[in-house]
Amino acid sequence: MPTVHSVLPSLAPLMPEIILGVGVMLLILYGAWRGERSAESVSIGALVLLLVALSVVLSQPTQGRITTLSGAFVSDTFAKVMKTLVLLGSSATILLAHDYFRRERIERFEFPVLIVLCTIGMMVMVSANDLIALYLGLELQSLAAYVIAAIHRDDVKSTEAGLKYFVLGALSSGMLLYGASLLYGFTGTVSFPGIVSALNENAGFGAMLGIVFVAAGVCFKLAAVPFHMWTPDVYEGSPTPVTAFFASAPKMAAVSMTVRVFIGALPDVTAIWQQIFIFVAIASMALGSFAAIGQRSIKRLMAYSSIANIGYALIGLAAGTEQGISGLVIYMVIYLAMTLGAFAIILSLRRRDVMFESIDDLSGLSRTHPWLAFCLAMMMFSLAGIPPLAGFFAKFYVFAAAIKAGLVTLAVIGVVTSVVGAFYYLRIVKIMYFDEAKEPYEAMAPGLRVVLALSSVVVMLFFLVPGPLVGVAGRAAKSLF
Amino acid sequence: MTAAAAFFYLFASLAVASGFMVIAARNPVASVLFLILAFVNAAGLFVLMGAEFLAMILVVVYVGAVAVLFLFVVMMLDVDFAALRQGFQDYLPIGGLIGAVFLVELLLVVGTWSIDPGLVQAPLGNVASGENLTNAQALGRVIYTEYAYFFQIAGLILLVAMIGAIVLTLRDRPGVKRQNITVQNNRTQQAAVETRKVPSRQGVEV
Repeated sequence: MPTVHSVLPSLAPLMPEIILGVGVMLLILYGAWRGERSAESVSIGALVLLLVALSVVLSQPTQGRITTLSGAFVSDTFAKVMKTLVLLGSSATILLAHDYFRRERIERFEFPVLIVLCTIGMMVMVSANDLIALYLGLELQSLAAYVIAAIHRDDVKSTEAGLKYFVLGALSSGMLLYGASLLYGFTGTVSFPGIVSALNENAGFGAMLGIVFVAAGVCFKLAAVPFHMWTPDVYEGSPTPVTAFFASAPKMAAVSMTVRVFIGALPDVTAIWQQIFIFVAIASMALGSFAAIGQRSIKRLMAYSSIANIGYALIGLAAGTEQGISGLVIYMVIYLAMTLGAFAIILSLRRRDVMFESIDDLSGLSRTHPWLAFCLAMMMFSLAGIPPLAGFFAKFYVFAAAIKAGLVTLAVIGVVTSVVGAFYYLRIVKIMYFDEAKEPYEAMAPGLRVVLALSSVVVMLFFLVPGPLVGVAGRAAKSLF
Repeated sequence: MTAAAAFFYLFASLAVASGFMVIAARNPVASVLFLILAFVNAAGLFVLMGAEFLAMILVVVYVGAVAVLFLFVVMMLDVDFAALRQGFQDYLPIGGLIGAVFLVELLLVVGTWSIDPGLVQAPLGNVASGENLTNAQALGRVIYTEYAYFFQIAGLILLVAMIGAIVLTLRDRPGVKRQNITVQNNRTQQAAVETRKVPSRQGVEV
């Protein structure tokens, strides 16, 4: 029997994932040992774990592109930026969720544990450099997400959300796998650099079919039209902190996965996938803007808003240039801040243990809670893209990239739909400032305050110092080309 | 026609026929049994391809565990399959139309399909060829070295599945008597047995 000599691969780039993996297992053991009483300490432990992983990610060297584990894992500036966003989104979720779950009496130690496991999956997706790693990361993230959508298991809506998400998610994973197997079959390799060298300008029909199926699976995870049907129901049915999570961290991971596949593995066949993403971007922006107009529930409104935002972000991908990806990264940073800020406010609409989730419940908020109303108004102005708030610059960079890449029509349609979208964002401002005041709500929980303060600072003061973020996004985009 | 080809056609046609019977059988238990037959035939096809490890895993995992689990679920849930099929006639026209469109598309795709002949020999690139390795040895060589990362992530996925099942289904039911082994083992003779004098014709209160 011949012996197999193998050298341990370099694990340094993998350090954040290893820390999270080992830490989450310790948390599970602790939770199982202490029972339900441990929910609070496991929450704090998970938050500390995520922040430690964040600091390790930030301390990793920035220059160059390191691949390890037989080329399945890649670490570069893009991965670093997107992992930072994912970890920030997950930490914010734990801060937002803690008070909510305690007051709803559904506090369980498994929730922070699942958030951390989901985060590991997202980080694997961000660093994926071959199709198997991509799929495994996606499944780890999705499975944890299905469970936390249904975590309020005595609530019919939450259970329905979990089941719907699971069934449709399994379908989309199937499509992605089918596409991936076609790509593997027609290129003979699963690694992204291998696919790049196997495909030339005119990819065969089979590979093209594979690309289309992969795009369909990816669009489902992004919640982009025409694969968005699950989004409003899942967002409405899940407990609100879970909705905030779905709208933040997994979006970052899904966007980076899309960039990894289409920029990393298929850069020479842009002609095939560019038209797909142009269509998806236009359809998402249009549907997100028009369908949100008639909504009564804030959570459904945020669901349509996230669909529209993904549409704008995909403009950067459709451009397919370095500038486009840099615009996409800037968009995602600002989108994360706006979404988390908006959800921190939605979660504070509580009076005597009843949560309010309808848009009419915001009426007259400016008289009862002037600061809260001011922050939400800023978030809404920013989402509508009004200068000098951050949302304007987010849109500005992707539109500029699209025009540079010759996609003028796409940019014009983007501007038109953002005007339509401005209607429902500004309606919320009108309801808060000009309608009858209602009874005041309870004071905000400390976790919500932290998230709201940080995201408000980013949204309102971005225009003063745009340099660092734009520079980082530029370096992240550069590391891919 | 060689024996291998004859067995290929035997297994393949049986697999297709039992696959059809899975959806056509009236009795759901019969459906599951046909599903098992389809799995066994697929395992036969794997053996013909020289993938004996996969064939055995298919039998052990799918027939031994998954299909038997299906069988239990079908027997316990008592699903009324006749009611599920009620709408079949109403949806037949539109369903048939979509099916026909798909069939035409499939034929178009397969008609223009061409596979690079160089790719047919491509698989098993990572395994040292020339040595007389069995399937299990070849898999064992790469799964903990080349694919250790995927193996670990798959482990985490299974962990999530386990946590998910517990989170969503395990409930503490009040009023259920449970066996407490520590308490049982710590019972002494003094606590459990009492000796009483029983006066004649009077008995004792228990």
